Amino acid sequence: MGTDVFHSEVPMTVNGSGHSPVVDHRSTLLDVLREQMDLTGAKKGCDHGQCGACTVLVDGRRVNSCLVLAVSLEGCAITTVEGLRDADGEGLHPLQRAFIERDAFQCGYCTPGQLCSAVGALAEAEAGHPSHVTGPDTAADAPVRLTKEEIRERLSGNLCRCGAYPHIVEAVEDVTRAEPVGQDRSGQDADGTHGTQDEVDA
Amino acid sequence: MPDTVKALGAPTERREGPDKVTGTARYAAEYRPDGCAYAWPVPAGIARGKVTAVDDTAALSVPGVIKVLSHLNAPRLAEPDDATLAVLQDERVPHRGWYVALVVADTLEAAREGAGAVRIDYAEEDHDVTLRTDHPDAYVPEDKDGTSGEHVRGDAEAAFESAPVHVDVEYHVPPLHNHPMEPHAATAQWQDGQLTVHDSSQGATTVRDVLAALFDLPADRVTVVSEHVGGGFGSKGTPRPHVVLAAMAAHVTGRPVKLALPRRQLPAVVGHRSPTVHRLRLAAQDDATLLSVIHEVTGYTSRIKEFVETGAAATRVMYPSPHARTTHRVVPLDVPSPSWMRAPGEAPGMYALESAMDELAVELGVDPVHLRLRNDTDTEPDSAKPFSSRHLAECLEEGARRFGWAERDARPRSRVHGSVLVGSGVAAATYPVNASPSQAVAHAFPDGSYVVRVNATDIGTGARTVLAQVAADALGVPVERVRTEIGSSDLPAAPLAGGSSGTASWGWAVHEACARLAERLTRSGGKELPPEGISARADTAGTADADSDYARHAFGAHFAEVGVDTVTGEVRVRRLLGVYAAGRILNARTARSQFVGGIVMGLGMALTEGSTMDPAFGDFTESDLAGYHVPAHADVPVIEAHWIDEEDPHLNPMGSKGIGEIGIVGTAAAIGNAVYHATGVRLRELPLTPDRVLTALDAGA
Repeated sequence: MGTDVFHSEVPMTVNGSGHSPVVDHRSTLLDVLREQMDLTGAKKGCDHGQCGACTVLVDGRRVNSCLVLAVSLEGCAITTVEGLRDADGEGLHPLQRAFIERDAFQCGYCTPGQLCSAVGALAEAEAGHPSHVTGPDTAADAPVRLTKEEIRERLSGNLCRCGAYPHIVEAVEDVTRAEPVGQDRSGQDADGTHGTQDEVDA
Repeated sequence: MPDTVKALGAPTERREGPDKVTGTARYAAEYRPDGCAYAWPVPAGIARGKVTAVDDTAALSVPGVIKVLSHLNAPRLAEPDDATLAVLQDERVPHRGWYVALVVADTLEAAREGAGAVRIDYAEEDHDVTLRTDHPDAYVPEDKDGTSGEHVRGDAEAAFESAPVHVDVEYHVPPLHNHPMEPHAATAQWQDGQLTVHDSSQGATTVRDVLAALFDLPADRVTVVSEHVGGGFGSKGTPRPHVVLAAMAAHVTGRPVKLALPRRQLPAVVGHRSPTVHRLRLAAQDDATLLSVIHEVTGYTSRIKEFVETGAAATRVMYPSPHARTTHRVVPLDVPSPSWMRAPGEAPGMYALESAMDELAVELGVDPVHLRLRNDTDTEPDSAKPFSSRHLAECLEEGARRFGWAERDARPRSRVHGSVLVGSGVAAATYPVNASPSQAVAHAFPDGSYVVRVNATDIGTGARTVLAQVAADALGVPVERVRTEIGSSDLPAAPLAGGSSGTASWGWAVHEACARLAERLTRSGGKELPPEGISARADTAGTADADSDYARHAFGAHFAEVGVDTVTGEVRVRRLLGVYAAGRILNARTARSQFVGGIVMGLGMALTEGSTMDPAFGDFTESDLAGYHVPAHADVPVIEAHWIDEEDPHLNPMGSKGIGEIGIVGTAAAIGNAVYHATGVRLRELPLTPDRVLTALDAGA
């Protein structure tokens, strides 16, 4: 496929490597990842930003890749579930390990999105971004303690029809209690963690 | 079974876990054969009528569009048993959303644009999509398997009238959508007269057989692979139109074709739970024993296929009463064909029955747990067969203890926290024990490793893992030595993952094959195996489906605590707890996930999920995940799932009952009963959304 009025070459970094796919201007990032780059980890659940199964990190921030046109991502660093690694860059990211240990999935179709979303959520909390349930007395810009309620709120854009939510929350909680969390390969600082211990909040 | 090895019951981690968390597990639409084209279907834009013209000029002029298929040019298929699979065969439009054309293109974008450019002309006819209990076309369906039709014991009406205590109530459950996270998808390819399909299915053997029949091929010319499946909940239990369309398009274009259904199209073509209206009449003596039970259920079906949501089936199982009548009625309408959705029949039926039981407890002035214990039985009321095991009372008692039921103030509206009313509720659950014949092969290699082969499907249950556990125990070896091969119709034929019967059916065959293999290995007396190893095969036809002298069902009890915001009308679930008696639990880790997952779906049924059939357009108004609200993280509290040790010798060799569906059964009733306890107001139509709750609170105040 060559470039023309309907197609452009878009240099981007995907999971740490440089790529320059030629994309149809109508193509979403999700479709380019899945259909052109054979990165099928990001899932198409709704194609309308309703379910979160397509969540990936763009420059360290989580996005619904079904709502982003690939042509708009020139120079961006993208991390998909395939690019999640532990701190050494070798094994599974702690969240991936925790998901297995907690049996935080069944069919697995929402799992890559839950994982990428959780990586993003941990970074946001570490950077002090409040959520809808963060108390008004929480210090600005200080890391937000991730209680169960905070985790639920921050991951509510990621649907799971198998109903693995309680186990997903436990898995994320496990990781908030341990450092270091790991890295993605986007070259961005998205591996948020914080030192808060053992908030127990049913 | 060797007692030195105990793989069964252990919380073994699921084998495909690493693949699923790294994104390497491939689902049906994630294969990209060379030259793969993309298909996009065109749904009918009318509720009833005929296609009179198909104009594909604009579609074919879209760059990249290869082909536009409609009934005018699509290949003829053999007539299917399931009329919903007769796609693009004639001009008839039986409901809105029925597929009338298919566009195939080089890219997904072109296929989608092309589909939007196809112009269809229709001759529209008047339609009727509105379910009414007094609909003149309502009929009592034939009772083919004991779960449908009408059953009568004694004189239920007369006994009801004469009893000292009664309730006569009507409960409504709306249409519900399965909406598995992975939309239905297939990638089909023909090579030298051989059809290979990757399909998102709960049972690839049936898909193979159906495709072979439709395309008039011997079964061995078709391979259907369902390696990883992104949930189904019944909606992938049999072939759906997408897989036929993909195979057809691949045949016509001579290219591999991938078809992944857009989410919004799912409700019209993959099946859904029919809405049901339940009239419950319960009558009791003053001592809380039931005298008469009348459960009448009315649902709808489509014009092209009869499907009955058997809402009164569980009522035939639950409580003894000398007099009873359970009646199903269906109304054929111009609606999409309803089909299986998790616990078809039991989920809405037990919502109604267990809500009415709560009302009866109030009328009697007895504790709702006590009412159920008072009406416990060892004999299935309808069949008079003894239960192979029924530990409902133990589930209720254990649940009550864990939940802290004894501390509950029975008076409604007794816990007020500012503007929030807090209450708790209980409901029982049941689900039948099902099993179907399956084949399996077990193979031993000289290096001491084993493989079991069976066309099981892992829709998220952890089938690979639990079947390895079954095999390991039957062989008397550590589970690590056993590989499982599942998910392809080229493997020994097997039934679907559905009816909470997958593990029982496949496991039964795996167990038998492994037992035979172990016997052969023992007979060979430690002699070295030939390089290719040795095999044993099993086929449980005639065994797994044999009649039993026992009534076989799993039972459970659900407890819920809710907070009802009297200002916003919002119901939030604070605690959910389930206790189950489901035979032997074969994998503690994955079983817990299934129980919890069922409860979450029950929470959705109670509070968030509801679809509406629009009478003017004949369309579901909540078609996608923005309109149809499945529970999200923030809706779901801590959920406890427990089980009691249940030994039942009348089941399969593993001693297990099914666990995939019972979690949804009873959850909605427990939540609804908790809302009553919190507010003192009874709501009888699901879901319990803020508008309904506020209206009811205002009316009750």
